[in-house]
Amino acid sequence: MPTLNDILIMLPEFYLVGSACVLLLADAFMKPTQRPMLHWLSIAVLLVAIYLLVMGQPPQSVTAFGGMFVRDETSEILKVFALLTTVLVMVYARPYLNDRKLVSGEFYTLMIFAVIGIMLLVSAGNLVTVYLGLELLSLSSYALVALNRDARLPSEAAIKYFVLGALASGMLLYGMSMVYGASGMGGTPSLDLAQLHNVMSYTTSPNLLLFGLIFMIVGIGFKLGAAPFHMWIPDVYQGAPTPVTTFIASGSKLAAFGMAYRLLSSGMGDLSQHWQLMLAVLAVLSLAIGNLVAIVQTNLKRMLAYSTISHMGYLLLGLAAAGPEGYAAAMFYAICYALMGVAAFGVMLALSRAGFECEEISDLKGLNQKSPWMAFLMLLAMFSLAGVPPLFGFWAKVLVLEAAIHANMLWLAIVGIVFAIIGLYYYLHVIKVMYFDKPVEGSVLQAQQDKPLRVVLSLNALSLLVLGLYWGPLLAWCRHAFGL
Amino acid sequence: MFNHLLSLLIWLPVAGAIPVLLAGSTRPNLARWLALLVAVLTFAVSLFLLVQYHPDAGGMQLTENYLWIASWGVHYSLAADGISVALILMTTFVGILVIAGAWEVIQDKPHQYMAAMLMLEGLLIGVFCATDALLFYALFEAILIPMFILIGIWGGPRRVYATLKFFIYTFFGSVFMLIALLYLYQKAHTFDLATLAALPLTLQEQTWIFFAFLIAFAIKVPMVPVHTWLPDAHVEAPTGGSVVLAAVMLKVGTYGMLRFILPIVPDAGAHFAWLIIAMSLIAIVYIGYVALVQEDMKKLVAYSSVAHMGFVTLGIFIAFLLVRESGNTDMALLGMQGAMVQMISHGFVSGAMFTCIGVMYDRLHTRQIKDYGGVINVMPWFGFFYVLFAMANCGLPGTSGFVGEFMVILASFAANPWIALFAAFTLIIGAAYTLWLVKRVLWGDITNPHVAEMKEINGRETFVLVSFAAAVLALGIWPQPLVHLMDSSVSQLVQQLAIHKI
Repeated sequence: MPTLNDILIMLPEFYLVGSACVLLLADAFMKPTQRPMLHWLSIAVLLVAIYLLVMGQPPQSVTAFGGMFVRDETSEILKVFALLTTVLVMVYARPYLNDRKLVSGEFYTLMIFAVIGIMLLVSAGNLVTVYLGLELLSLSSYALVALNRDARLPSEAAIKYFVLGALASGMLLYGMSMVYGASGMGGTPSLDLAQLHNVMSYTTSPNLLLFGLIFMIVGIGFKLGAAPFHMWIPDVYQGAPTPVTTFIASGSKLAAFGMAYRLLSSGMGDLSQHWQLMLAVLAVLSLAIGNLVAIVQTNLKRMLAYSTISHMGYLLLGLAAAGPEGYAAAMFYAICYALMGVAAFGVMLALSRAGFECEEISDLKGLNQKSPWMAFLMLLAMFSLAGVPPLFGFWAKVLVLEAAIHANMLWLAIVGIVFAIIGLYYYLHVIKVMYFDKPVEGSVLQAQQDKPLRVVLSLNALSLLVLGLYWGPLLAWCRHAFGL
Repeated sequence: MFNHLLSLLIWLPVAGAIPVLLAGSTRPNLARWLALLVAVLTFAVSLFLLVQYHPDAGGMQLTENYLWIASWGVHYSLAADGISVALILMTTFVGILVIAGAWEVIQDKPHQYMAAMLMLEGLLIGVFCATDALLFYALFEAILIPMFILIGIWGGPRRVYATLKFFIYTFFGSVFMLIALLYLYQKAHTFDLATLAALPLTLQEQTWIFFAFLIAFAIKVPMVPVHTWLPDAHVEAPTGGSVVLAAVMLKVGTYGMLRFILPIVPDAGAHFAWLIIAMSLIAIVYIGYVALVQEDMKKLVAYSSVAHMGFVTLGIFIAFLLVRESGNTDMALLGMQGAMVQMISHGFVSGAMFTCIGVMYDRLHTRQIKDYGGVINVMPWFGFFYVLFAMANCGLPGTSGFVGEFMVILASFAANPWIALFAAFTLIIGAAYTLWLVKRVLWGDITNPHVAEMKEINGRETFVLVSFAAAVLALGIWPQPLVHLMDSSVSQLVQQLAIHKI
């Protein structure tokens, strides 16, 4: 029987489930004129969840429901940033959805359910919770991608996402079943990650365990969007409505890191010598494919999709280091990437209007003349993504490189840095288009006048500069979560 | 204020750039005056360095040290020795002149131009006084951003190609330095330069780290064969961009060598000194010949910059040879001092040369030598300055160009007369390309009718050129104060050369 304590530990999650249901009902009973209220209500709901998380933070790691759910500092940090980036996405999405008449209760409730999925996933203490969280996140995301259901491209993207996602879930589940089986050979079978941690020491069938591990890594690779499991990323990024792309590029990546950390470190930590090399291979492939293919893209969303793949390569650099240092660096990277991604897509949302999607790189031509402030915010995001100091993205790269060197993988760090140089080109290209090119004749490029969007987007992009100048506290927080 | 003099010098122009930007495109004159005010203030503050820095005491002074990132032990630590003080003063001095020089020349978004210049100035000052390796690296890379913007927006027709090449080329070099720094961090658990200098390293480690540092700094200097970005960047950059690039930014490379290669990997440095000396001699002789055949004035001066910077690297590494092989510290000191004087002198001379070309370009909108001829007939005062700077560029005694080159050649002679012979070639080649340039541009009859319409320099341009001329002559006639300012710091560097770290 669940005790009151179990419920208290999971209070933010329970609260969000309740709120999401209330929002869904409210949407059904609201008059169309009251609909816009939903937007602010959802943001308030998420902000309260952040408050509950931070205020109710237990002094040390606690578990609920017999170890199914772990609430520790790692999950706390990931949840706070997942909620925060979702709030940002909602603020940026409002004018975009209004202009396209896509405002509906479903968007907000699906977003909140996706966030609940993230929260479960990063707090998973059991293979079942991992799968539950993953599916909740994925199913909500599939539906969100198809939000504009009458358009061809989003539907196509949603189908692709769904088919490939289902395949990856199947792989993951298959891997989990093997691990479960291996844990039963020579001991009591278990789905509990903490139990699985020492399966290696007693199982009579280590090969089965390794096979399970490989399948699980396929699932993780898919969720991260690491090459060679990256096929869905460009199509989904391009096809999905930009706010949904923003969400997939930010909160979803935090979840993917959380899932990888739970499965690999908490669950399969004993096998680290095996998965380290697998992750290193994924990292190199992601860096190569992401950076090289991004160069030739003309669609900004697609370019950022390939850039995501390369960034996941850097994140894997930290994970492959497989120590507290590496995990802290990878988590720092995930947070950094989420903030940068939201800012970059945020500028695109701010520049889109009714009947005009800002999504080709050439759409940004001469932005510095039309709207210098938006150009400056995009410049910050691009230099940060490229990893040029003093912006935030640079320090995140330094941290993962250091983690790789620390783990005696100097070669991996050198591969990473070489691809950083190659990647530089396409980010600089965007800046070139904004600053050095003249605006196209008759271009009506202009930023949305929506006040909340402008203010929050400015804060978001400037935070990349501020955190670049003073990233100590965030790093200390990440390191503390891993006991450093 | 005196406790945070260096911080003030960094942040004053950086923060000053914000009101300049906010002045906006609607009030360009306000932006110009604000920028000038900030630049003059920064220069005034930098003069206090001369009061606060005690040349005889030597060592790092004016230190500021704050814990920046606690969990990594990264410090925001600044300090200056004589070399830093000289370079910072040069930066703030040139800072005023580029802002005055761009006054009405830049008509397109002048506020952004001025703000980028100020930002660049602040970051460059930061590079010259950072004593934490990671802080140095961050500033070292951050200077690329304003320069990228400067060349890209206000540059010539091929500006996009030039600025992308500039950014990616220099970024390429410096990332390897980052890996080397992270490796050192693994061993020392700090980025403090003084601690890294005392860290024992095997020759193999030193060799790898040496080449990682070398590729970063050699591209910045730039040394042959990685100089190819410079002519493009110079040709396409606006005048102010070229001036800062030549006068200050190239010095970041040689300054980095002094702060990183010399103290951290001295043994590898001594081991590969022959390589650097060879590269320097190639720069001096071969690039001199390349400069001779240029048809674009800016390209010619750009190549002459590469040749002159060859003297700086020659002076630094000849000191290795002298100390390690013959124990001749006196001559090593001379060579090193020559390199330092050459750094400062080249800053003024090349800055002045690019300003002169800018003045002509503003009138005729061409940089091709063949479009000019007989300029002296219509612009006699301008011609006067141009000849003066040309003389300094070929190292005429009495100008600053002579002092540094002479000291370096003397030191090389003590190491190996053959090196001195090749180095001395510059006196002939340098004179050849510079004087030929003067002959084709200034003297002769006016063949191009547009040249006849060129107007004499105005008050603002005269101010800029007089300032450069004063600096060039002052250093040439009386270099003693500059040598004295850097003397103790240079002798400390030379002493460090003798320490084996293996």
